[in-house]
Amino acid sequence: MTDHTIAGERDGAARRDGVPAPTPGFAYWWDRLGIVAVLIVLVALMAAIAPNFATVDNLLNIARSISINAILAAGMTFVILTAGIDLSVGSIVAVSGVVAVLCAVADVPAPLAILAGVLAGAVAGLLNGLLTSYLALAAFIVTLGTMTCLRGLAYTMTDGQPIVSNTLNFRDIGNGYMLGVPVPVVVMAVVYLVAWFLLERTRYGRHVYAVGGNAEAARLAGVNVRLVTTSVYVLAGACAGLAGVIFAARVVSAQPTAGTGYELDAIAAVVLGGTSLMGGRGRILGTLVGSIILGVLSTGLILMNVPFFTQLLIKGVVIILAIGIDSLKRRPLRLSR
Amino acid sequence: MSAPGVRPLLRLEGVTKRFGSTVALDGVDFELRAGEVHALMGENGAGKSTLMKILAGNIQRDSGRILLDGAEVEIRSPAEAKAHGIAIIHQELNTVPAMTVAENLALGREPRNRYGALDRRAMLESAHEKLARIGARIDPRRELGELSVGMQQMVEIARAVSEDARILVLDEPTAALSQGEALHLYDIIDEMRAAGAGLVYISHRMEEVWRLADRVTVFRDGRYVATRDKGEISPPDVVSMMVGRDLDDLYHRGPRTPGEVVLDVRDLTDGGRVGPVSFQVRAGEVVCLAGLVGAGRTEVARMIFGADRAAGGTVTVKGASVTASGPRRAIAAGIAMVPESRKEQALFLDHSVEDNIALGSLERFGGGGVLRRGHIRGAVKDQMRRLRLRLSALDLAAKDLSGGNQQKAVLARWLLRDADVLILDEPTRGVDIGAKSEIYEIVAELVAAGKAVLVVSSDLPEAIGISDRILVMREGRIVHELDSRTATEEDVMLHATGTLARTAGGPSWRTE
Ligand SMILES: Nc1ncnc2c1ncn2[C@@H]1O[C@H](COP(=O)(O)OP(=O)(O)OP(=O)(O)O)[C@@H](O)[C@H]1O
Ligand SMILES: [Mg+2]
Repeated sequence: MTDHTIAGERDGAARRDGVPAPTPGFAYWWDRLGIVAVLIVLVALMAAIAPNFATVDNLLNIARSISINAILAAGMTFVILTAGIDLSVGSIVAVSGVVAVLCAVADVPAPLAILAGVLAGAVAGLLNGLLTSYLALAAFIVTLGTMTCLRGLAYTMTDGQPIVSNTLNFRDIGNGYMLGVPVPVVVMAVVYLVAWFLLERTRYGRHVYAVGGNAEAARLAGVNVRLVTTSVYVLAGACAGLAGVIFAARVVSAQPTAGTGYELDAIAAVVLGGTSLMGGRGRILGTLVGSIILGVLSTGLILMNVPFFTQLLIKGVVIILAIGIDSLKRRPLRLSR
Repeated sequence: MSAPGVRPLLRLEGVTKRFGSTVALDGVDFELRAGEVHALMGENGAGKSTLMKILAGNIQRDSGRILLDGAEVEIRSPAEAKAHGIAIIHQELNTVPAMTVAENLALGREPRNRYGALDRRAMLESAHEKLARIGARIDPRRELGELSVGMQQMVEIARAVSEDARILVLDEPTAALSQGEALHLYDIIDEMRAAGAGLVYISHRMEEVWRLADRVTVFRDGRYVATRDKGEISPPDVVSMMVGRDLDDLYHRGPRTPGEVVLDVRDLTDGGRVGPVSFQVRAGEVVCLAGLVGAGRTEVARMIFGADRAAGGTVTVKGASVTASGPRRAIAAGIAMVPESRKEQALFLDHSVEDNIALGSLERFGGGGVLRRGHIRGAVKDQMRRLRLRLSALDLAAKDLSGGNQQKAVLARWLLRDADVLILDEPTRGVDIGAKSEIYEIVAELVAAGKAVLVVSSDLPEAIGISDRILVMREGRIVHELDSRTATEEDVMLHATGTLARTAGGPSWRTE
């Protein structure tokens, strides 16, 4: 949350008497960096066991492979911060990929095709947001419903068949390089910069946290709770739209089955990153680290030739362990109250 | 009702509000002048908070008129209320615990720099100012949820005061405050009155109302009863207006003959700040733990019940040890506890009143693990009648009850269990005088039936009025025992604050 800045302000602001903020001790740094420690241990472990893990090529590959989940998770962070959930992002990945590819096939210029895909995602998100905030339906149910509808839509638009276009004009957003860095990684970095700025540096960001922390208090303070709630689903939808376009570019086709199950990976990354499913608490950079952990783990296991079924088992255990550590580090704080 | 020549700042006329079948407000009137503190009084559920929520744009009225400076206005949202210069300190805390104090203070009006980004430095500076203005010594960088309830309340007060409103509503602002914090609030109220603001003050504490108010308006059961200048009336008049009858014997004290020891506490300590304490409570006796906030009274109560683990000492009920074994064993041994904070620690706010009451004794209604709803309902109704809770509340969510009725529901849960030892932690906080009297009556009944009752109370008249003996705690220890028949409020305060030793002519035998 705001706490990064506190360390800076501690020295800047004149000291006043009164009940002081706790000095940043072990618990303080563990709270912020514990998940990073987990990542470092994991990377060290992989570098030691997996052949070819610690090569620049492989690391860039990992970065590219996590970019889609990381972008989804960035949008998901906004939603979960308001104590919501969005199960439909996986289906949005498929729909927006289809929209972008159909545009490209119809000779729409690449930037516009990409925009169309992102907009399709945002519109789907708007639907989620309106149903959740104005009709006061449970986000879980709303997005479970739209997840199914949108998957159906993706199948309908493609007749259930992949649309392959070898001359896809926006393929670079999935496969190109910029100064030696894969384009999806650049896009991911931009998404996180923007998300970080929104959450940490704008009034809107404070309102997202406030709505998740106590919606009634936010309403009474004059925050437009419905607008904020709607907006986070639009953001999640737009992120999913972007991820869908990248996915389509990667596979140079529109796949109606694209993104199946991605929503759960995104949620896992957010929660791994320390954001509370109860809302109001969490950090966007934590989500990024969470995505990286999941990505490093999958790639490492593949490099070690671990069978797919075993990979799933290990992934599940790691998620539970990481979250267990996360709650352990909070417990002493709670007792001292 | 408006005096000639004095133009009212605010008039509410014929305001009606229904919640389902409950008529919370039935055509009430209310008037507020500039430069006055107007106390709004009435029993729990009289509709005081409802009227103020309408004024704050929090909820909408069904009918009636709102006039500001003589002109009719609509207040459709909290933002519109703010635009009219109306600020409110709600009865319930309305803050975001996961955010910092500064962020809470700025919520909805976060300062921005010239690029439109959040200006954290300005936010922190203005938080410092707002807190300093009300004399609160709180670091605005702290996370709000880490603060005590009293400090959180001070943050709310700072936020409302900083709005420089023309109309400030304070709905039981001092319920969670310490004496010192409350005194500071009184000063702010006096200042704002002198500056020409109109203040509405809601409180169940008569001393406070008499200290602050210029006029008093009384509601009863959603209806307007009367408005009086403070000079025209006395506190007992207000009480009878509120209750609709005279309350002569508030504490229902009959003759008492304590029997054998039921609860025996020896050398109980949490290993740190609290204890060791030793005392006994007999059958048919009420013992009160008195002392300042933070003296360790609640801690002792919670350790006896096993809600917190004791580091040393023993607790026995009728000779059987229940030391440090957790609430389940304590309950099985016949101890019941009504905790300090009913909303956080006792009630399931979204569940029905019936479920809330029945929860403590479900095993008694089980036929092989299957609940018999009919039996439950019957037993719950019996307790509700006994406590004079309206039976129509049976299916209401606990959160929709007034404070007094919530407290009665918690009490009913334990009455249903028929425990031998009843621990009541601040049993009448935020409870109106009528419900208070009824709770005292129940305590008197229990004692007559041979139960042992341990009360923690910060309300001195109550501590003296309902108990047989008072154990005064200070800094985690019992420093003195007083006989309630002869004790005065001053006695209790002197021992609680430890000023006795320094008082000239005070007895010098006091040990510690
Ligand atoms: N949201 C709601 N739904 C249903 N009933 C409600 C709701 N809010 C209030 N009530 C009912 O309206 C009546 C008036 O409640 P209100 O909170 O205004 O009382 P009050 O005078 O403020 O009492 P207290 O002194 O306990 O704060 C009560 O009977 C209460 O149960
Ligand atoms: Mg009220």
